[in-house]
Amino acid sequence: MPKFNFASFADFLAMGNYALYVWLSFGLTFVVLFGLWFISNRQQQQFHQQLRVRIAREARVRQHQSQQPSQVQEP
Amino acid sequence: MFKWLDPYAKPQRLYAVCGAWQRVLMPMAWLTLLIGVVWGLGFTPADYQQGDSYRIIHIHVPAAIWSMGAYSSMAIAAFIALVWQIKVAQWAIGAIAPIGACFTLIALFTGSFWGKPMWGTWWEWDARLTSELILLFLYVGVIALQNAFADRETGDKAASLLAMVGVVNLPIIHFSVEWWNTLHQGASITKFAKPSIDPSMLWPLLICMLAFALLLAALTCLRLRTAILQHEQHRSWVRDLAEEPTDAKV
Amino acid sequence: MSIAAVFMATFRRDLRLLARQKSDWLNPLFFFLVVLSLFPLGIGAKPNLLREIAPGIIWIAALLSVLLGAERLFKQDYRDGVLEQLVSARLPLPAYVLAKMAASWCASGLPLIIVSPLLALLLGLSESAFVAVVATLLLGTPLLTLLSALGAALTLSADKGGILLALVILPFYIPLLIFASAAVEQAAFGLPYGAQLAIIAAMLCLALALVPFAVFKALKLNVG
Repeated sequence: MPKFNFASFADFLAMGNYALYVWLSFGLTFVVLFGLWFISNRQQQQFHQQLRVRIAREARVRQHQSQQPSQVQEP
Repeated sequence: MFKWLDPYAKPQRLYAVCGAWQRVLMPMAWLTLLIGVVWGLGFTPADYQQGDSYRIIHIHVPAAIWSMGAYSSMAIAAFIALVWQIKVAQWAIGAIAPIGACFTLIALFTGSFWGKPMWGTWWEWDARLTSELILLFLYVGVIALQNAFADRETGDKAASLLAMVGVVNLPIIHFSVEWWNTLHQGASITKFAKPSIDPSMLWPLLICMLAFALLLAALTCLRLRTAILQHEQHRSWVRDLAEEPTDAKV
Repeated sequence: MSIAAVFMATFRRDLRLLARQKSDWLNPLFFFLVVLSLFPLGIGAKPNLLREIAPGIIWIAALLSVLLGAERLFKQDYRDGVLEQLVSARLPLPAYVLAKMAASWCASGLPLIIVSPLLALLLGLSESAFVAVVATLLLGTPLLTLLSALGAALTLSADKGGILLALVILPFYIPLLIFASAAVEQAAFGLPYGAQLAIIAAMLCLALALVPFAVFKALKLNVG
């Protein structure tokens, strides 16, 4: 069982004076990775949303056309 | 020889398969990353020369290796698309490219932060960082090319061709940058002095490598599914999906 | 039509076009000289400094100049419908591609070699450095042309052509830049540079083997 390397939590945060570099590295990495995950998910949701809008619009167009049979049909 | 793979070339089937894989790989990836990072940060001894700053290696090395792995995967997908004429393989390139670019970015800034305490500057034109920078340019080229066409299919095909040409260039670029670096080396010795790898340090590094690999796979599944939906949006199966209530964040 | 016939026909036609539209080869040439002059203007005209950076800036100016001339390579034929005809007529497209690239080299590579004595003057090159410049240009400009043709073919029907072409192809120029400028630098110090030339030659051979095929595929997908 590997043992905890630092004497205290304060020491852990300090990272032997390299706190800025270590925490910036790990922090930014997680920001980038989570960001990518989040954006990818959102792209999929946006697609579904747009498709639903389009289907609804097509339904409205069809309804409109069926209610006005005398007019020229749109291609 | 690969007849058993045929059904997976169909977009609808692949969409379902990727969904299943994603549900397994995504939590595994994040969990593995967490374990590797926590282990590497807190449970290994500090390096003799570099102190606690060397811990960045647990992110930097996996990110760098998988940034190249992702590019190779793109090229393999492109090759499959070319030889076996499989459309979904071409769509995979657009899925993988941003992931690879992100990994490259991570490798670049972690490399910079790792080096600052050692070199005193935020950037050095050493072999590894310069290679990663050029790799980033290659990714940007593929992504830009794919999005530059009015017709989505032309963009996909052009990007897949570029990915294949790029993968041939990758070792050449790597080799020439290594050589260039030795040529223009100043008085200082090797910039990235390898920390003396104690076996205890090796485990979290390997776990993080696995984590990045799993993340690459999981995110690719996610992005490929979106690409499949976009390309097949006129099909009935996609429209049926849209009718269903919002897909949970899976 | 046989391969040789298509090649000669296309090559001769392109040379004739170059002879008539002199701007097609004069512009890149003057661009090369202008870019070269920007460096002393931007950095300072100290002779020692110039001699030191000469290998690098010659090659950077050369690759930018070839890149600039790349966009026109297939554009005209694409717009006129010539490409579509060629693809549908099942004529040997590789012959057409090779001829276009040969003519393009005559337009953008050859003038640079011819004008290189001027570089020796502007940048204070030593005799050995100058010989190395000519040698690297001889071996390197065909490689530049090959790669720029690939870029031109890939971005043929794209909206934002020019800059995209540069963005896509510049990373591929980097190995050539590294070895060519290193060769000239070695020559300036009186050291042997055969190894660097050999590597450039090897890259050229690899490109000759692979690039025409890729260009051919890129043209088909842009026209199809």
